[in-house]
Amino acid sequence: MINRILAYLGRHLDRQLMILVSILLVMGLLILFSASGASVERVAAQAGNIGVALAIMWLAANIPLHHLASVALPLYIVGLVLLVAVELVGLEVNGAQRWLDLGFARVQPSELMKIAVPMMLAWYFDRYEAVLRFSNFIVATILVVIPVLLIASQPDLGTSLLVAVAGFYVLFLAGLSMRLLIGTGVVGIAALPFLWSAMHDYQRQRVMTLLDPMQDPLGAGYHTIQSTIAMGSGGVLGKGWLNGTQSHLEFLPERSTDFIFAVFGEEFGLLGNLVLILLFMLVIGRGLIIAANAPTLFARLLAGGVSLTFFTYVFVNMGMVGGLLPVVGVPLPLISYGGTSLVTLLFGIGLLMSIRTHRRLVPT
Amino acid sequence: MRRTVELRDHQRELYVFQFRLTVAAIVVGVVFLVLFVRLFYLQVIQHDYYQLLAEQNRVNIVPVVPHRGVILDRNGVTLATNYAAYTLEITPSEVSDVDALIEQISELVEVTPKDLRRFRKMLDEEPDFSSIPIRTRLNDAEVAHFAVNRYRIPGAQINARLFRHYPNAEMASHVVGYIGRLSETDYKGLERQGRAFNYTKSDYIGKVGLEQFYEQELRGVTGYEHVETDANGHSIRTLRSILPVSGNNLLLAMDVRLQQIAEEAFGDYRGSLVAIEPETGGVLAFVSRPGFDSNLFVEGIDPAQWAAMNNSPDHPLNNRALQGVYPPGSTFKPFMALAGLELGKRTANYSISDPGYFMLGGRGHVFRDWKAGGHGIVDMHKAIVESCDTYFYELAQDLGIDMIHDFIAQFGLGERTGIDIAGEVSGLLPSREWKEQRFNQRWFVGDTISVGIGQGYNLVTPLQLASATAILANGGQVFRPHLVRHIQNAQTNELKTVEPFPVAQVPLQPRHLDLVREAMVDVTRPGGTAAWAGSGAKYAFAGKTGTAQVIGLKGQKYDEEAIDERHRDHALFIGFAPAEAPKIALAVLVENGGHGSSTAAPIARKVIDYYLLGVEPKPLAPRAAVVESEGD
Repeated sequence: MINRILAYLGRHLDRQLMILVSILLVMGLLILFSASGASVERVAAQAGNIGVALAIMWLAANIPLHHLASVALPLYIVGLVLLVAVELVGLEVNGAQRWLDLGFARVQPSELMKIAVPMMLAWYFDRYEAVLRFSNFIVATILVVIPVLLIASQPDLGTSLLVAVAGFYVLFLAGLSMRLLIGTGVVGIAALPFLWSAMHDYQRQRVMTLLDPMQDPLGAGYHTIQSTIAMGSGGVLGKGWLNGTQSHLEFLPERSTDFIFAVFGEEFGLLGNLVLILLFMLVIGRGLIIAANAPTLFARLLAGGVSLTFFTYVFVNMGMVGGLLPVVGVPLPLISYGGTSLVTLLFGIGLLMSIRTHRRLVPT
Repeated sequence: MRRTVELRDHQRELYVFQFRLTVAAIVVGVVFLVLFVRLFYLQVIQHDYYQLLAEQNRVNIVPVVPHRGVILDRNGVTLATNYAAYTLEITPSEVSDVDALIEQISELVEVTPKDLRRFRKMLDEEPDFSSIPIRTRLNDAEVAHFAVNRYRIPGAQINARLFRHYPNAEMASHVVGYIGRLSETDYKGLERQGRAFNYTKSDYIGKVGLEQFYEQELRGVTGYEHVETDANGHSIRTLRSILPVSGNNLLLAMDVRLQQIAEEAFGDYRGSLVAIEPETGGVLAFVSRPGFDSNLFVEGIDPAQWAAMNNSPDHPLNNRALQGVYPPGSTFKPFMALAGLELGKRTANYSISDPGYFMLGGRGHVFRDWKAGGHGIVDMHKAIVESCDTYFYELAQDLGIDMIHDFIAQFGLGERTGIDIAGEVSGLLPSREWKEQRFNQRWFVGDTISVGIGQGYNLVTPLQLASATAILANGGQVFRPHLVRHIQNAQTNELKTVEPFPVAQVPLQPRHLDLVREAMVDVTRPGGTAAWAGSGAKYAFAGKTGTAQVIGLKGQKYDEEAIDERHRDHALFIGFAPAEAPKIALAVLVENGGHGSSTAAPIARKVIDYYLLGVEPKPLAPRAAVVESEGD
């Protein structure tokens, strides 16, 4: 009986994704326990976040594909409205205006856009499935650029980049011409000086710090220096769970959120990192397989976009901790402490599951 | 038609999508490979480097300063010791506004302007110091008051530290010296000697005197604690500790009470006294007046005080015994007498008739005796007892400068003695070669005549004079004078004795020695130049007075009363007792003291009385009661 109920509840959950995600979430809780200095409270709070996010994933997985397509436009519009609202009446925290107080909860509309933008583009291309013209790509680009600029002005460079990249993935998968792609790349590089002059001081500093962290070892370079020390000192096998000195003696900043990967690398070493990277690659690979086998263009583009956005999260975070990329506020998916990104990411995983499991139920 | 187009587009669309998805998958794979390579670089290739950085982050090596050896006199009286006290220190690197912090601190504990000046000076001079004291020697109430409010004052902390203390303050300050905070120059010196590992940059080091000379013995070996420290600088636990090794103690040959009597005997006079044990070369007393309070330097001297001492006309920081050079005057005569006897130029019975002057050659350059009208018939005994200049003028002429130089040099005049504190100067025993080198001028016979009575180019330090007197007293054995008698191992209490270091033996015939010694004993008896100082002595007191001219008076008569105090002659006295078996030999110099008989000899008497008889000094009998001959 119970088995049948469970089977019913789980019929839209992809078994492989579910297993991979569960392993990652458990690993996240374990490393959070260490990173937080054995704080049961923190782990419990994160377990709560996971519960909520899993529920949302379940909901997303159970939404039929055609319903999903129909919410794309409203979701995008709501997202845009909220972003404008943030611009006008948002809460300022640490010099950036990112949050909106809805009375009962504080939300970060930019987070919503990480899903809403690829969804919107997927829906848009799906509508013009048969006749994809150049003008479609122009419209799609505008659809990406508007939220990206709004988020960048908060300012939130990290999130705006992620949203832009998510949009770009969909454009790329939808068949944006290679010539245009290369052209955009050239223009982009040419635009770098202008972008530089438009940047906030702290953003420039982050870039400079990446190029030479030792320039400001106690200021902006501190994060990178301490995280590479943590990583490097971990060696092949790591210092062992709960034995990381960089984290436990508080040298590593933001060790339970954005820099949790450094704690992991210090305590579990290169071997642990290899396992973690493989798990993430399996999740992404599964997502790409789901995309490849998706029944509609909307589903294909959405699944591809979501999978590649997930990949971007992983890479940007790991690259930042490893000292390859500037310090941008991107958490490590499923591992970092915090509810917002977890909800977004598991919502995305839920969408993948929905695409996977509703495949045969929708006639094409 | 339209439908086929759409179908074809649909196929193409799927093909494009799958192609691009494959490209994306390859990119994902490549990117993760790059990431893995980076992690491999960090965790395998650069592992050792980052391991080291993590250890440096984590482990703070805290030096544990060893207990500095103490300095004791021959009877165990303390001259330098340590005491533990609380200091309130500021760590400038942790503080953004030092002035505001000091303001806050001064509300809790008293901070005097002197404290402030010292703090500023240290901050300016050595910004590398990890922490700089703003207040030292806090009492328990102040410590408690600060501790309660500590949380409000980050960047300041109370530390228990060992402080150097000189309980006798000014006494023997030139011998003991002082320690002070390590300067950049000190540190470079230590690095050159390969000893810097034993010091931290905020450490103390001996700067002057025994504290400096015996730094390596006194210092000990710094210990280390490896303390695990978090990012906020809080100590978590001690991982490992290497205990410090305490420095060794110095046990001096000096008798502190004797030193004290000698210093007090100077009264307000500037000058120097060195007393040596003739059998060993051990220094019994070593006075340079005025002195200074060694304690002032330990915590960093106040700039105003420093300037005052440095600019004082009394030069309290000069070690007169070691660095002051003076003509020996008539104290030179006993050595001249020995030269005459040993070199066969004089016999005991050889006499002259003294008209009160000596005329050089036929041309009549006249050298005057201090006594107008002369001493009459003078043999060597009388020449020493009455300090007859004419006798020694003639003797000097007969010996010639080469003989004088070579003979007197055996007594160490004009040469560093090698005593165990630094900064000694050599003085000058003139010679033909020296004059040619120095002035590019040949030596004149007239130069020799002045040298014969200890004037002319002659320059000695009181230490040299005392050492030469000790050689005279012990029959010709030259010892290197030494202040430290034993070095005591602080761990085992084992004593390492500084053995008397015989430098040379001056070949002297006993009968010659006896002649000179007997004459020197008569110097302190009625009829001698120091009869007043020697009156009532219960032992055979051998001595010789001397006077050193400060300015040359050409043709004028020297009138002590009429002359500016600082232009008065320096008074000298050398002596030893008991004459038959000397236990103490000394030299006294009183700057601007006038005649040796009136100021220098009484000081010597007080010192010897105490040393031989244990008699505490009391004023001598009034001068008028004693018949004596004035002069040097």
